[in-house]
Amino acid sequence: MKKWIKVATAAALGVAMSASAANAAWEKVVIATEGAYPPFNEIDANGKAIGFDVDIANALCESAGLTCEIVTQDWDGMIPGLLAKKYDAIIAQMSITEERKRSIDFTNYYSASPAVFVGKEGMEVNAYADGEVVEDALDGMVVGVQRSTTHSSFLEDNFPGVEIRLYDTQDNALLDLVAGRIDVTLADSGVLLKWVESDDAAGYAFVSDAFAPEEWFGAGEGIGIRKEDQDLKEIFNKALEDILADGTYEEINKKYFTSVNLHSR
Amino acid sequence: MFEDFIYVLTKYDVWLWRGFLLTAQLLVISVAFGTVLAIPLAVARVSKKVWIQAVPFAFIYMFRGTPLIGQLFMMYYGVGQLVANIDGIQDHWTWTYLRDPYWYCLLTFVLNTAAYVAEIMRGGIQNVPGGEIEAARACGMTPFTTYRRIIFPRMWQMIWPAYTNDVIFTLKATSLASTVTLIELTGAARKIVARTALPYEAFISAGLIYLIIVYVLTLGFKMIERYLRRSEKRKDKLPGKIKPMGV
Repeated sequence: MKKWIKVATAAALGVAMSASAANAAWEKVVIATEGAYPPFNEIDANGKAIGFDVDIANALCESAGLTCEIVTQDWDGMIPGLLAKKYDAIIAQMSITEERKRSIDFTNYYSASPAVFVGKEGMEVNAYADGEVVEDALDGMVVGVQRSTTHSSFLEDNFPGVEIRLYDTQDNALLDLVAGRIDVTLADSGVLLKWVESDDAAGYAFVSDAFAPEEWFGAGEGIGIRKEDQDLKEIFNKALEDILADGTYEEINKKYFTSVNLHSR
Repeated sequence: MFEDFIYVLTKYDVWLWRGFLLTAQLLVISVAFGTVLAIPLAVARVSKKVWIQAVPFAFIYMFRGTPLIGQLFMMYYGVGQLVANIDGIQDHWTWTYLRDPYWYCLLTFVLNTAAYVAEIMRGGIQNVPGGEIEAARACGMTPFTTYRRIIFPRMWQMIWPAYTNDVIFTLKATSLASTVTLIELTGAARKIVARTALPYEAFISAGLIYLIIVYVLTLGFKMIERYLRRSEKRKDKLPGKIKPMGV
């Protein structure tokens, strides 16, 4: 009797699942971004997500004929939220790393900007030079970095003796940099470039060369997708090729960074 | 699932241990200093003179009426930035401490705990039977002696369960320290999640440690409660064993 119920349930589930698989032609896709990583993603005065990532997301959706909804999610909960199906894709400057690939999958990279240190003008922090980590480059400094990022992994792995402060957002790390409570911060050069050019950053500048060793920084930033959604991954990869080919990507790139090509790796 | 637990607990045991130490430290110091600060606040709060009452009232009202995370951010990013902008402070020897999030965090927790405990104490003091205080006065005790020998002992007896509750509340409040870069137990769990993308295993591990702390705390506070109520010799008077009237 019990066995019969099991078989029946399995059969019913099977039917239901194949039906939904046929329907899941991805008409509507919910995309998550962080909203605290300007100019890649931030929240404007009306509470709407804007920025490079959002423009890319919209361009991809338009190109693929999808209806997309952009939601914001704290960085910490980005991957758990995807796995819990709160949204279907992450477009939030997430680097493609082996560690993350254990739980989610990525499309091809859609941007690649290296990491750089920012500190007081005149400092020199060469923590990574000639393809090698310089272990004593940060000695005696307090370094601020955003939690759960490739940048924080890089610091934790290579500078065990250095005091590393983990922030919820890069914005907060920059606040503390100006307040003098950290000496330098490590982040994405695209983000820091925008900040260094702003009025808040008087007296602060890039204090290292840009670097991106693949062991820690992965192969650029991709769109995060659940492993089982291979069809969605294909849709995005195809759309990405299309917007790169028809100049849409370049247009968005220029809107935010006039001097940097974000797809040049 | 099970292997992932073992993985988190063995590979990141040092992170969890350090997180536990910081959590314990924040809890003990906040409760100790908070309680000491609460005593004068509570005494002033029950004063019959309005102008003495007003200050602790405003303090308690502010700290109980706003979210703790808001207070923490006000202290760390607000007060912290004001301090940072003082001329020459960044070259002064005190700057090593003034730039450290630990002290801002601790101060917020101490003040917050003081506000809650002071309000609990106020209730306790006001519930000491008037007859006992009158008796003490009649025996010639000064107000100070009355507080020391009559009111405070009676107050502790009465407020102990509520106080225990507040200590446990403070334990959980310490988790907010991770938002201002302190890696206590919750911060350690978040760090592990960042590394392993195993949110359940990391947070359940941290959760289990919190449960153990609460268990030990409850046990210890129960023992102290028994000591406080030692004068109530007859077992049937203890809470939980109250017999129906007339039996």
